[in-house]
Amino acid sequence: MTALLELREVTKIYVSGLVKKRTTVALDRISLAIGTETPTITAIAGESGSGKTTMGMLFLGFLPPTSGEILYKGKDLWTCSKEEWRVFRREVQAIFQDPFEVYNPFYKVDHVLTVPIVKFRLANSKQAQREMIEKALIDVGLRPEETLGRYPHQLSGGQRQRITVARALLLQPKLIIADEPVSMVDASLRATILQSLRKLNKELGISILYITHDLATAYHICENIMVLYQGSVAEAGDVDAVIKDPQHPYTRLLVGSIAWPDPKRKWGQEIAEYRGEMLAQKTTGCKFAPRCPRAMPICRESPPPLYQTNETRATACYLYEGNPTLEGREISRVLRQ
Amino acid sequence: MEPILSVRDLSVYYYTEKGPVKAVDHVSLDLQQGMRLGLVGESGCGKSTMAMALMRLIRPPGRIVHGEVLLDGVDLVKLSDEEMRRTRLSKIALIPQGAMNSLNPVVRIQEQIVDGLLDHDVVLSKSEMEARVKELLESVELDPRVATMYPHELSGGMKQRVCVAIAISMHPKVIIADEPTSALDVVVQRQVMETIRRLQQELGLSIILIGHDMGLMAQSVDYLAVMYAGRLVEIGNVEDIFLQPLHPYTQLLISTLPTLEVKGVFRGIPGITPTLLNAPEGCLFQPRCPKAIDACLIPKTPVLKEVSFSRWVACHLYEDNR
Amino acid sequence: MRFFRYLRRNKRLAAGIFILTFLFLFATLGRLIAPPERAYPLAVPPNKPPSPEYPFGTDSQGRDLLATIVMGTYLTVRIGVLAGVIGLAVGTFLGFISAYYGGVLDTIIRWVVDVLLTVPGLLVLVVIAAMLQRTLKPTSLSLILALLAWMGPTRTIRSQVLSLRERAFVRVAKLSGENNLEIIFKELFPNLLPYLGASLVGSVTGAIFASLGLEQLGLGAMREPTLGMTIYWVQYYGAFVRGLWWWILEPVAVIVLIFMGLFFLSAGLDEFANPRVRRVV
Repeated sequence: MTALLELREVTKIYVSGLVKKRTTVALDRISLAIGTETPTITAIAGESGSGKTTMGMLFLGFLPPTSGEILYKGKDLWTCSKEEWRVFRREVQAIFQDPFEVYNPFYKVDHVLTVPIVKFRLANSKQAQREMIEKALIDVGLRPEETLGRYPHQLSGGQRQRITVARALLLQPKLIIADEPVSMVDASLRATILQSLRKLNKELGISILYITHDLATAYHICENIMVLYQGSVAEAGDVDAVIKDPQHPYTRLLVGSIAWPDPKRKWGQEIAEYRGEMLAQKTTGCKFAPRCPRAMPICRESPPPLYQTNETRATACYLYEGNPTLEGREISRVLRQ
Repeated sequence: MEPILSVRDLSVYYYTEKGPVKAVDHVSLDLQQGMRLGLVGESGCGKSTMAMALMRLIRPPGRIVHGEVLLDGVDLVKLSDEEMRRTRLSKIALIPQGAMNSLNPVVRIQEQIVDGLLDHDVVLSKSEMEARVKELLESVELDPRVATMYPHELSGGMKQRVCVAIAISMHPKVIIADEPTSALDVVVQRQVMETIRRLQQELGLSIILIGHDMGLMAQSVDYLAVMYAGRLVEIGNVEDIFLQPLHPYTQLLISTLPTLEVKGVFRGIPGITPTLLNAPEGCLFQPRCPKAIDACLIPKTPVLKEVSFSRWVACHLYEDNR
Repeated sequence: MRFFRYLRRNKRLAAGIFILTFLFLFATLGRLIAPPERAYPLAVPPNKPPSPEYPFGTDSQGRDLLATIVMGTYLTVRIGVLAGVIGLAVGTFLGFISAYYGGVLDTIIRWVVDVLLTVPGLLVLVVIAAMLQRTLKPTSLSLILALLAWMGPTRTIRSQVLSLRERAFVRVAKLSGENNLEIIFKELFPNLLPYLGASLVGSVTGAIFASLGLEQLGLGAMREPTLGMTIYWVQYYGAFVRGLWWWILEPVAVIVLIFMGLFFLSAGLDEFANPRVRRVV
């Protein structure tokens, strides 16, 4: 079954600097397939530097891979024709993090809703266009008369972000890449936006790739999760299992750092080794070893393979040696499709 | 014990063409020595203005309309510009919102820290200054080598730590942290907050933490004040507030946050935040309040009432003493 | 109208528009009072001080100075506007495609611009003007000035577009199905309008300056009564020594007015584009 979009052994390396070239490996042989069988919501979790945003950009076709392939309906995206790219753009959409930057300050907020309708010919009259827009806005909990006709700076962050969700609703793509959609929105507004994302998935059958560093929200709307650390997969699988019982030490650190709104449940026992942040250390072994409280000698020698610990879980950590190993491409086995 | 910082009936308005924007309206609160006080509210509720007002950094068209800010008995509002300048950083320091972007990109970290010290007439030799900077960097868990670096060479978390180091450089009595971790990842956020906690205990500081995330508040403060549309609606011990939030807004703030227990239940706060422009008398939360009764429509602003020891609520529902 | 209310707040912009409007009316309606033929030699008796018959006096070659200044204002400003607009248009076009498409095109354009910028502009202008001396007309002067005016804008517009190109709303536009040309014209260009407006004023000011500089050296259109040429004749005929004060004062006064108008316009636009500079209520 060909997936809608697939990353196959993709590596992305950034080169910076004029004289002293500095290479950063943003993604290291990552594979992930997002299918259309059953519309899923998959979380890609990690800190900044984990490669999650790069993954989003690759999926959206904004960056070419350094090696590996990005397959759109089985065909290499970067060899597709102009017409195929048109369809691709129609089927794969995005919601970005910054609710202000996504608007062109010269235009009213309507612009971001009308342009795609016109370009993708979704409505055949001005009236139909207007109705589509109004319905989408109401669906995300906004009142058209209060939001349309305004400039971006006249609306609040929460309203602006909801409009971008309305835009996605309008287009009804097959896949939405949501890159930290709620991190710049007040905590109290996040629920509303997440609710809309869930609705997109459950009612309209749209698959969502939810990129975030906040596991609490990931837990709530996603079914699958893939935890990235410096460009490699640390852990992947069913979101309930991974968050309630994290296996990889890094995942434990992430879960332990969640700020639960409960004064009795203070930040976890996982000690976060801090001093290791100073300069990026080149290691030949597991990337997390310098910070890992459970590091063993073998961890510093060679990077661990992905062990399948369960029908719906996989962890890249020597602590789980003994379990069957997975090749990069097979990771989709543990993710509910 | 006298509180180290006491805000009494403070109001800060911005006078625009269309009328006054009442960013802070009759706010009173006390910060005890060694306490961590959280000031929580949505964007636009006036909490950043509050931070600026405490530092006397309000600029026209904003003005402190009335009120007192007593720091160790001295009213900051009445100080002259020069006296206030000397008070800033040495007695009361601010870690501003987006502090990481407040570092001068063309100046090395060392000089930026020393800058503040020099401005307060700290006279030390060059080597003594360097030693002092090194000491400060170590206290915020940064490698001393950071001193000779430029801001762009550091990560977000590291820059934030530099800002913390600057804030504590003169051992002030009070530190105001305005959303210090808003642009940071969860892990870095936790580490920075733990560093601040440790420093607070070591140096005996009193802290006001401003933010919108109740989760962060639950983890980081002892005492909490909830702000809505420029006014305080609830104050109390953080555990008491989470256990039994009294004001309907506080209740909603807590219940709309995701927890591990209940998956997939989404509740938002309906409606949008009111505008502070020409804010009328009366309860400003009433249009969105799920518990509003007829009495809430009267044009009388609810005042903070002490309903039990150190527990205050400003809500018509609690008017007739329960 | 909101525009006029805004002008009341932005006094610099108001001053600039006022002065320039006045000069515009002076240059256009002035012709009705002072017929242009009188701006040429031997039209009227020479060396007469201001009088009711000749309100601005006359010069040593027999020109009616009122007509001369009226024509001069028109010609000099026209030279400046023509050179400034062409220079900016070319610079904008090249800057846009250089920044947006990048790659080899960008490298070539940048290299050409960098090389040409090292050439001393004034020298080139003097040489070209000297070569064409007899046949020089105001329009050709504009074109020569434009030749040297396009490089600066290319660079600055390029850097503006480079930073705009990375903004999230460009990505959203791509996702909405806009192609490259649409993104350039519909998304990027409107955001540059304030910058272009300010650049235009700068370009025009620079071009007028350059034309005045050349002309007062005698390297302009000899026959035309541009402001710069008038100053040249003032020097040539030794007006200082001969006490013909009106001849010296009038062109200088108008030139000062022109630059004041342009300056206030630019300051006013700056205030408009940069809300933080705006006067607080």
